[in-house]
Amino acid sequence: MDELAGIDEAIDALLAAYPPASTPAQEFWGAQFDAGLAWVHHPPGKGGLGVSPRHLAHVRSRLAEAGADQSNVRNNIIGIGMGAGTLLAHASEDLQDRLLRPMFTMEEIWCQLFSEPGAGSDLANLATSATSEDGQWVVNGQKVWTTLAHVARWGLLVTRTDPGQPKHRGLTFFLLDMTLDGVDVRPLHQITGEAEFNEVSLTDVHVDDDLRLGEVGAGWSVAMTTLMNERVAIGGNVPPRGTGTIADAVAAWHARDDDDPVLRDRLVEFWVEAEALRLTSLRASDGRTAGTPGPEGSTSKLHWAELNKAVATFTMEVLGPDGMLFPGGYELTVPTADEAPVATPQKSFLRVRANSIEGGTSEILKNVLGERVLGLPGEPRVDKDIPWRDVPR
Amino acid sequence: MTASPASTDPTSAGPDADAADTPQALVLTEEQAALRDVARKFLRDRVPTTRVRELMATPTAFDEALWSDVADMGWLAMAIPEDHGGAGFGWVEVAVLFEELGRAVAPLPMLSTTMATAVLLEHGTEHQQATMLARIAAGTLRVTVAVPIDGAGDGVTIVDGEDGSALQGHASHVLDAAGAHAVVVATDMGAVVVPLDRDGITVTPLDALDPTRPLARIDFAAVPLHDDDLLAGTSSDVVDRARTVGAVMLANELVGVAAAAHEMAVEYAKVRMQFGRAIGSFQAVKHMLADDLVRLEAARSAAWWAARVLAVGDTEELDVAVPVAASLCPDVAAEVTGHTIQVHGGIGFTWEHDAHLYYKRASAARPLLGHAREWRRRLAATLAL
Repeated sequence: MDELAGIDEAIDALLAAYPPASTPAQEFWGAQFDAGLAWVHHPPGKGGLGVSPRHLAHVRSRLAEAGADQSNVRNNIIGIGMGAGTLLAHASEDLQDRLLRPMFTMEEIWCQLFSEPGAGSDLANLATSATSEDGQWVVNGQKVWTTLAHVARWGLLVTRTDPGQPKHRGLTFFLLDMTLDGVDVRPLHQITGEAEFNEVSLTDVHVDDDLRLGEVGAGWSVAMTTLMNERVAIGGNVPPRGTGTIADAVAAWHARDDDDPVLRDRLVEFWVEAEALRLTSLRASDGRTAGTPGPEGSTSKLHWAELNKAVATFTMEVLGPDGMLFPGGYELTVPTADEAPVATPQKSFLRVRANSIEGGTSEILKNVLGERVLGLPGEPRVDKDIPWRDVPR
Repeated sequence: MTASPASTDPTSAGPDADAADTPQALVLTEEQAALRDVARKFLRDRVPTTRVRELMATPTAFDEALWSDVADMGWLAMAIPEDHGGAGFGWVEVAVLFEELGRAVAPLPMLSTTMATAVLLEHGTEHQQATMLARIAAGTLRVTVAVPIDGAGDGVTIVDGEDGSALQGHASHVLDAAGAHAVVVATDMGAVVVPLDRDGITVTPLDALDPTRPLARIDFAAVPLHDDDLLAGTSSDVVDRARTVGAVMLANELVGVAAAAHEMAVEYAKVRMQFGRAIGSFQAVKHMLADDLVRLEAARSAAWWAARVLAVGDTEELDVAVPVAASLCPDVAAEVTGHTIQVHGGIGFTWEHDAHLYYKRASAARPLLGHAREWRRRLAATLAL
């Protein structure tokens, strides 16, 4: 209770000194950081107040009520959501002081250089190499599905420094300055024609050793910190009722001039499931706020991905013949923040196929639920104890 | 029409928080968690599945001593205000009990009693409330409700008898009727509550799919009506109230049924060895159990939300929250409990294994207060779809 009173006091002071309506967003974010309200669970001076992370949702909801722009959290999600916690746990004081504030103010965008053509679900199989040379590290390899890489100033990079170790043990984590020579970012167009993602090739990129996070060979545990922080970042985000893919289905239904009872029943069935998922997000948020999180916090992503695909497919059926069209055509474009791409149910139908791949495939998430939440035994792992270089690939 | 539900912050009752209008947060308070723990222990001690099996082999599946102890625990008084001899809790606490009753597949006439209590509280005359509620709370009076089910061909009418009005017709598939003292029944000219030992009433137990939840047919042959029998509400008001409260409690019960069955399957998958491995290490089994967890948690969220909306009495939101829970929870429970049989394999199909108790409870609950499709039809009307 005392903690919360202190937080409310800090929020009141911030809003009084920097009224959201008349303060430029970037200036407000800087002031928010200085007030310790960027990540309340960080120590003072690092964007926080040293309180429990469960208060984060309270801060976000109070700032939202006050009309504050919080688009930085969404538009720099890799940094604010995942990078910050990684820096806090593993970076030097100097790096934290240099990087956290411009991350929160969006002056510096962050991306995550984890996935590779040969390392998707099996992330620890990654092959990008870093070799020590004259006190620096020389990095070579290719990363894919890199959101924001084309605008990023910094990347969170995992490399292999010892291929003679089993896969989890030979990895090392770096912060990568995306302006260095040898960093080449190309847009990767997806099945909608748009390029939300990039592929990044790294050719003889020289990285200073003081940008290494964690010990040499300890990159896996640092990478796990990054992924763990994802949940804290998106916590407390409960969408309004009837939004998302189900809104497209409802709109398509209203646009029909018939009264097909079978379609209506299926529509309502999907609506019910979307509402139950929304209530589960609300319950997870309430559970975190109360300090009693349960399994409901772990099921939403899987449920959301699978439901989105089912609903978007259903919407195409409701659209009838227009389910054969792709309004606007396939233009190979790179969407920018200022120019929002055209949203159509047909484009959504294609885009949601990625929902069960990005951020953990549904198959991997089911393993996680089965093994970490339900406590079921794991699959036998044939590559666990042999040197990475000897694993068939 | 369907405003986004607000979430209360359990750690801060801010100046704007209006406890009377805002549904409780979707977490259990410390008191509710304590109630859950006490209920779970009581049911585990008093009605383990060995006892469930003994009771379900009897015509009424009813244990007078157990019911008396349930009354002593205060469970029957929970939703009744203190001035009617109740304990003055709320529907959220009752829902917590129902989740535990489901876990235990307990053959207790709680659902019928709770529906009757809700009807008397909302639509009973002062006289009916004064004479019945305290006795229900004490466990000495058991009242059930004949909720009409689509396709059952029920019909009870009020006709002119020799000495005034009389009840004529029948109600089938009535919950717990063989062990009850009175029944609430809707007629063409208003709803009534009549004692089951009155002349002209015949109660015939039916062979139920779920033997832990007895059903009976009630025939009314020129049953003389008394002035005191008539409830204050209309037939449709009375049926709606019983169905609404009943559906919310049933949804919470079925979450408990599904959760207990799912845990049973998970534990078995950890120890059952085939091909030299625990079967839970196979993704075919693991992923089915993970999918079921997703569905179960979604169902629990819907059931909990409906109970919280019921507790604050927000009728507009109830028109959404109840059909969501009532259409989702029975189907999820039937699916999850079916998978419990599957994970257990051959042993799960035997009478001696408990899996069928859960599967039958869940499956028989699907038509009990309206099939999912009927609830979706109501929701479609509410949402103008």
